[in-house]
Amino acid sequence: MLNYTLRRLMFAIPTLLLISFIIFAILDLAPNDPTASLPLTIPPDVRQQIRESLGLDQAMPIRYFKWCVQFFWNEPLNILEQWTGWTIGDSENRLRVISWQTRSPVVDLIVERMPQTLWVVGMSYVLGILIALPIGILSAYKQYSWFDQFGTLFSMAGFSVPTFFTGLLFIVIFSVNLQLFPSVYDTTHEVTDWASFWVQVRQMIMPTMVLALFNAAQISRFMRASMLDNLQQDYVRTARAKGVRERSVVLIHVLRNSMIPVVTVIALGVPQVFGGAIITEQIFRVNGLGQLLIVGIQGADIPLVQTLTFIFAVLIVAFNLVADLLYGILDPRIRYD
Amino acid sequence: MKLKFILTTTCALCVVASAAIAERGSDGQLNIIYWQAPSTMNTYLSGGTKEVEAASMVIEPLASYDPNGNLVPRLVDELPTVENGGVSEDLMSITWVISEGITWSDGTPLTAEDAIFTWQYCTDPAGGCAQASYFDGITSIEAIDDRTIKINFAEPKPYPYTAFAGAESPILQKAQFQDCMGARAPECTDANFGPIGTGPFVVSEFRPNDVITLEANPNYRDPAKPAFGSVLFKGGGDAASAARAVLETGEYDYAWNLQIEPEILTQMEAAGKGKVVVSFQTSVERLHLNQTNPDPALGDMRSVYDEGNNPHPFLTDPVVGKALSMAIDREIVVEAGYGRTGQVTCNVLPAPEIYASTANDGCKVQDMEGAKALLDEAGWVPGSDGVREKDGVRLSVLFQTSTNSVRQGSQALIKQWWNELGVEVELRNIDASVFFGGDPGSPDTFQKFYADVQMYTNNFAGADPEAYMGNWRCAEIPGPDSQWQGANIQRFCDPAYDALVDEMSKTADLNERGRIAKAMNDMLMQSYSIIPLVYRGGTSAHANTLEGVRMTDWDSELWNIADWTRAE
Repeated sequence: MLNYTLRRLMFAIPTLLLISFIIFAILDLAPNDPTASLPLTIPPDVRQQIRESLGLDQAMPIRYFKWCVQFFWNEPLNILEQWTGWTIGDSENRLRVISWQTRSPVVDLIVERMPQTLWVVGMSYVLGILIALPIGILSAYKQYSWFDQFGTLFSMAGFSVPTFFTGLLFIVIFSVNLQLFPSVYDTTHEVTDWASFWVQVRQMIMPTMVLALFNAAQISRFMRASMLDNLQQDYVRTARAKGVRERSVVLIHVLRNSMIPVVTVIALGVPQVFGGAIITEQIFRVNGLGQLLIVGIQGADIPLVQTLTFIFAVLIVAFNLVADLLYGILDPRIRYD
Repeated sequence: MKLKFILTTTCALCVVASAAIAERGSDGQLNIIYWQAPSTMNTYLSGGTKEVEAASMVIEPLASYDPNGNLVPRLVDELPTVENGGVSEDLMSITWVISEGITWSDGTPLTAEDAIFTWQYCTDPAGGCAQASYFDGITSIEAIDDRTIKINFAEPKPYPYTAFAGAESPILQKAQFQDCMGARAPECTDANFGPIGTGPFVVSEFRPNDVITLEANPNYRDPAKPAFGSVLFKGGGDAASAARAVLETGEYDYAWNLQIEPEILTQMEAAGKGKVVVSFQTSVERLHLNQTNPDPALGDMRSVYDEGNNPHPFLTDPVVGKALSMAIDREIVVEAGYGRTGQVTCNVLPAPEIYASTANDGCKVQDMEGAKALLDEAGWVPGSDGVREKDGVRLSVLFQTSTNSVRQGSQALIKQWWNELGVEVELRNIDASVFFGGDPGSPDTFQKFYADVQMYTNNFAGADPEAYMGNWRCAEIPGPDSQWQGANIQRFCDPAYDALVDEMSKTADLNERGRIAKAMNDMLMQSYSIIPLVYRGGTSAHANTLEGVRMTDWDSELWNIADWTRAE
């Protein structure tokens, strides 16, 4: 297992380098300009100066190399310095990955956006799983019952109704008409006591539920299908014939076996959490990583977009590995060595 | 003595009498929502409207533009003019005297050195200053004494109020920014996110592209202002939901730039929580008719101006342009796409009043029959497919604009009218970041103009049209030699027009300048190389409980935020 993990990690390095280059090349080839969104009253020669000050007059391989040095060497050194308090080399003049729009280090921007994304999108994922599992289990156990039909309807609706619609619907019902929840998420809010915790809960409910419904729809279908597979198996009949209680048959034998593919699906979905939910974040102004990416794309902020998409790539590669390893742990029959 | 000083310095800004009685910070928190979030607080490093407006709460210019486009003193007692000796007789310099007792939010005095530093900061070629054009033509800035700033120009400047006038060129504190010159500018993240200013608010936390929290400036020059103790400035989302947060849910007090369908805005306003405010500056949505030939068969010479040797097959003929203009019902274009936020216009230079011509007002009413008669008379007669032609040339145009639902609506309307006139129209829309992107390698930019007709909005900053009208000189035509840079997008070239531009640059008298500007506008309009459609205003909304808003499109909308108060 350890060998396998190490081998996979070694393979990941060239893969990720290639990914980073492809992302950079695509961004470079795309017809965008960081000065495009500026008012037309700013004359062309000033625009040219702005582009030069961003380093855009250099050739593409040089810019890629610079980004690599900044991201793979300077930024880790910087983090190390912050954690340990040491000073390594000339840390004053070490170039960091600088966002063109804000002229500030990209990594700081990402760190700043992490809390709201993890709170809202992460919580919606957890909630989604908690809603999906019971629905999936019950629907499969009572196949074609009214509960199963309802579950199917629920997941079809969750799947096919886009979040920008449910989001707006929630705002119109709960913010405009009932005035129950705020329609704008306040990222500066700090939880210090029960009252402020309640405020936090209220502002999280709508975006979290919109996303949770979407996630739940997906996962509950997987759970149901997997349960149905296992319920037909011979070992279930054997267990029942032995006189094992129905409760143990379903919740211990069948569920445990059915969880194997579902856990993989859940693990593979985790990078999405970090990627943020672009549309939902935009609707409720959660302003997390997804919104950061969108703003970066709109403003042609190439270092920001490059760094963010690359981090997503790293997470996807990492969680693929995690999913594979989990598989091995859950099912002792699977061995990689 | 102190009271007298306060009254004299701030009387230009005080509008609401009750505000003077109020105590600083007594009205609690002000919530502002901008659906495009500011990415920095340093006006000089961004150039985007959202950053300029956010920063205007903190850093200030010497003078601001009021809602009518008039310059009003801000950090000075009076505006320098030739009459009061502030502007030299030969128009080679302007001298500003900072009011007594103006301090930065850290308590240190604002001096002439800060202004000099700001000029050096923005003109450093390695800094990429977005507002460098405000300092064009300045040879030096000197400090006569601590409070007196003398700006010297390279040549006579009839309109000298460029540097330090309007929210785009505020004064930065030298002490804070002196290590941030040129290439080091991006490294000063703390300074760029929290500039020390003279304005009514101080940044307490800046989260780029998300939210800004500000506190009242304890050293603000008027001890009774601002009435609000803190500001929450939230960004992100879209225009419709920003409008909703003010007009329907009432969570926010002020929302900016609400360019949404007029009927939706009216519907939201009916909820009774707030009102929509509109202010007009100089933005005109217009059509540009290509005066050069965009035929793809020309290869490298496509849409290139060649001393008049590469003319458009039919759009250089004013008769065709006039007919195209007459066929458009501007009232309907305004009603469908702009509502209260647009007005019909027949000029590319619609304001300020002294520059606005009335010679072309005939275009305000649609005249389809007249347009048809005009083309018939000129020999453009309908062919077998209904498209007019003359000498084998068919009136067939490719009409492009940026992707935007209002623009696509206008495109469809215009296409319908032109079809009725007997002109074949093909529509095209291009993503705004590409269309306005100015990438010389892309064939789809508005500068390359590989189409017959294109539509967009332009305006000019400040209240003086000299530089703007200079855009249509022959030398400003974009082409391969200039990397397709240049503002004469429709490739209009007339030596008589260039002569007027030169004349204006030497004329100081305001009325005379008005006459020349009108003449230039009329010359452009009558060449029908530009067809103006809609005079566009800025749209914002504020809560009913918010008082003192004097929305202006000439300056930052938050220019008088110090005077805003909360109604009981």
